[in-house]
Amino acid sequence: MSDLDQFRRETRAWLEANCPPEMRNPVATDDDVFWGGRNTKFSSEAQKVWFERMRDKGWTVPDWPKQYGGGGLDGAEAKVLREEMAAMGARPPLSSFGIWMLGPALLKYGTEEQKAEHLPKITAGLIRWCQGYSEPNAGSDLASLQTRAESDGDDYVITGQKIWTSYANYADWIFCLVRTDPTAKKHDGISFILFDMASKGVSTKPILLISGKSPFCETFFDGVRVPKSHVVGTVNRGWDVAKYLLQHERAMISGLGDRSVGRPLGQIAADSIGSDAQGKLDDPILRGQIAAFEVDEAALACAAERAVDLAKAGQGHPAFSSAMKYYGTELNKRRYEILMSAGGIDALEWESPRSREGARPRAWLRTKANSIEGGTSEVMLGIVAKRILDLPGA
Amino acid sequence: MPLVLTEEQSMLRDSARGFINEKAPVAHLRKMRDERDATGFSRDLWKGFAEMGFAGLLVPENFGGSGLGAVEAGIVLEEIGRNLMPSPFLSTAVLAVSALTRGNAEQQAAYLPKIADGSLIAALAVDEGAKHRPLNIAMQAVRAGNGFKLNGAKALVVDGHVADLLIVAARTGGNAGERGGLTLFLVDPKAKGVSVERTVMVDAHNAARINFDNVEVSADAVLGEVDQGSDLLDAVLNIGRGAVASEMVGLSEEVFNRTVTYLKERKQFGKLIGEFQALQHRAATLYIDIEISRAATLKALQTLDQDAAKASHAVSVAKARAGTTATRAVQEGVQMHGGMGMTDQFDIGLFMKRARVCQELFGDDNYHAERLAEARQY
Repeated sequence: MSDLDQFRRETRAWLEANCPPEMRNPVATDDDVFWGGRNTKFSSEAQKVWFERMRDKGWTVPDWPKQYGGGGLDGAEAKVLREEMAAMGARPPLSSFGIWMLGPALLKYGTEEQKAEHLPKITAGLIRWCQGYSEPNAGSDLASLQTRAESDGDDYVITGQKIWTSYANYADWIFCLVRTDPTAKKHDGISFILFDMASKGVSTKPILLISGKSPFCETFFDGVRVPKSHVVGTVNRGWDVAKYLLQHERAMISGLGDRSVGRPLGQIAADSIGSDAQGKLDDPILRGQIAAFEVDEAALACAAERAVDLAKAGQGHPAFSSAMKYYGTELNKRRYEILMSAGGIDALEWESPRSREGARPRAWLRTKANSIEGGTSEVMLGIVAKRILDLPGA
Repeated sequence: MPLVLTEEQSMLRDSARGFINEKAPVAHLRKMRDERDATGFSRDLWKGFAEMGFAGLLVPENFGGSGLGAVEAGIVLEEIGRNLMPSPFLSTAVLAVSALTRGNAEQQAAYLPKIADGSLIAALAVDEGAKHRPLNIAMQAVRAGNGFKLNGAKALVVDGHVADLLIVAARTGGNAGERGGLTLFLVDPKAKGVSVERTVMVDAHNAARINFDNVEVSADAVLGEVDQGSDLLDAVLNIGRGAVASEMVGLSEEVFNRTVTYLKERKQFGKLIGEFQALQHRAATLYIDIEISRAATLKALQTLDQDAAKASHAVSVAKARAGTTATRAVQEGVQMHGGMGMTDQFDIGLFMKRARVCQELFGDDNYHAERLAEARQY
């Protein structure tokens, strides 16, 4: 038996013994997600137990180095763990922008002090991070951001406004793009800086969305003092860090639609629409749409797997996450259009225990942001055209 | 298993690519078509294929082959797809070998070495109607004496006009639509009652319609078990589907590369047309479609090699996705080449024609999406 087979057997046995039954079904509402942070509360004992066991094993972030609280697994082992967790439907023990976005950037660009300070608090779920990127006048054209960081001794003094800051009202710290050189060309005067959201001068205001929920905030900085040592990477070269982080963000968003576990879409539809005498969904055209969707969904899962394998083999293209982000988010929107059509009248209810307070229509509306956040579909296609296809003037 | 080629597989790709690029670029197909070649393919090239070890790629080593699998078959088909090479590789080296390796020892010994050395061409005869519906086979095989008597007609028998051996699916029992009652037979095309009509196809590749009129075969001609041919046929067709998906990935990528090159050369309104965002975004989405099809196809081929009995899902995903993508790639290829894309002199049209045939081979995208829906019971 190979070492990897041995690892798979041990992993499966450990997960069987340690993953509480309540943590082995798909995430249904926001309450099912554990984000960590200073003010966090577990929604159930099972969630707490699961998180703590995985944390102690280093498996909140299996492929980070052990010295930062990660699992120290290599790529092949991490893939085995993912597969085994998926096979039993195990939920992620910890969801975190620290894991998905900041961590990879810190590992590449951070100083040893920065890594030692921040990474262990991410893996242990102690600090919840948010992302200060977009501004009212810097959306798709992110590099035109105007939030100022003015030098004052050992500090920067930060003034400006961010928008679409996910969960800023719950976050403990922010990783933020600021302009440190207003005279340079727009990509050249930006720095990537970290600071505590409890700092004097920081305020947040949730934005009510069409889903009736407020996952995003406006975030205001009024003379916030931040030590210069909190800059990640080189001053005025923050755009490099920002772009690198975006690759990870896009890979994360492209995976949001992954429903490899859970009930097949066709059966969800049959629950509400019913089936004909042959057992086929009683809406033949919707049935065809679902089948075509499932082809694309399964093919995308292969492409996601291949992207990881290519990166591991050193054959990946750094801009490929933009391709995956485009396809994954468009597919997730399509999934929810199908779910709304399948749900019919039942999927229109907005407030009632029966509809779990309109969980489906709210989730449907939320997906419309997938192809906007983290770079719009149009920006993604522009990146593919320019960086992968090398088309002129793109 | 990682979804990337191993070092050995990359070497196989390079050697197939080198050989086909040199000996059978698209001009080779064009020449066959324009000269109305009697067989539509080059026997010398097929001999060369055998010498390179490609004809026996899937033949077990004890019968003179390399004993490789679906991934390797797909690698060669992808290069064939890039160059639109007319070759018995699919019919003989992939389909027939996959069928024959599931036969008995005598059958394997009689045919596999000849396939590996390039001296025997074989063809699989399954389809009867306008669409690929293997369970709807109506051709009859009735017991007669020690053997069977075959009656019926087959269509789209790839390389059927030059085959030395036919592998024919017929009904020994059951009714059209049922899994039970199918049997595979090895039939000599020169046998009395077999009539072969070469069909000149839209893609200038090779196929035949074959009639069977009271054709007598012995009991030894049965491949596998009488009445139990469905599983064997599924297994063979699945490898064929994966292989054709790979051919479609190859042809899609070739059309795409030629099209992107054109976008970087052609000027209108004083600009390279590749500067126009309307074309950039369409090119980008097509690139993504091709990458996704490639990943799904490699997954299907790997699954066929690792656990063939469970490969149907992955195979259908690959065949459907690669089919949809190829259909789109060739249409965008013609459209983005403008009027030039419509000319016979330009190669893009040849790719469009081949893509249409590949779609129909062993089930189009709709057929395979339907298969998914049925497997998931909705």
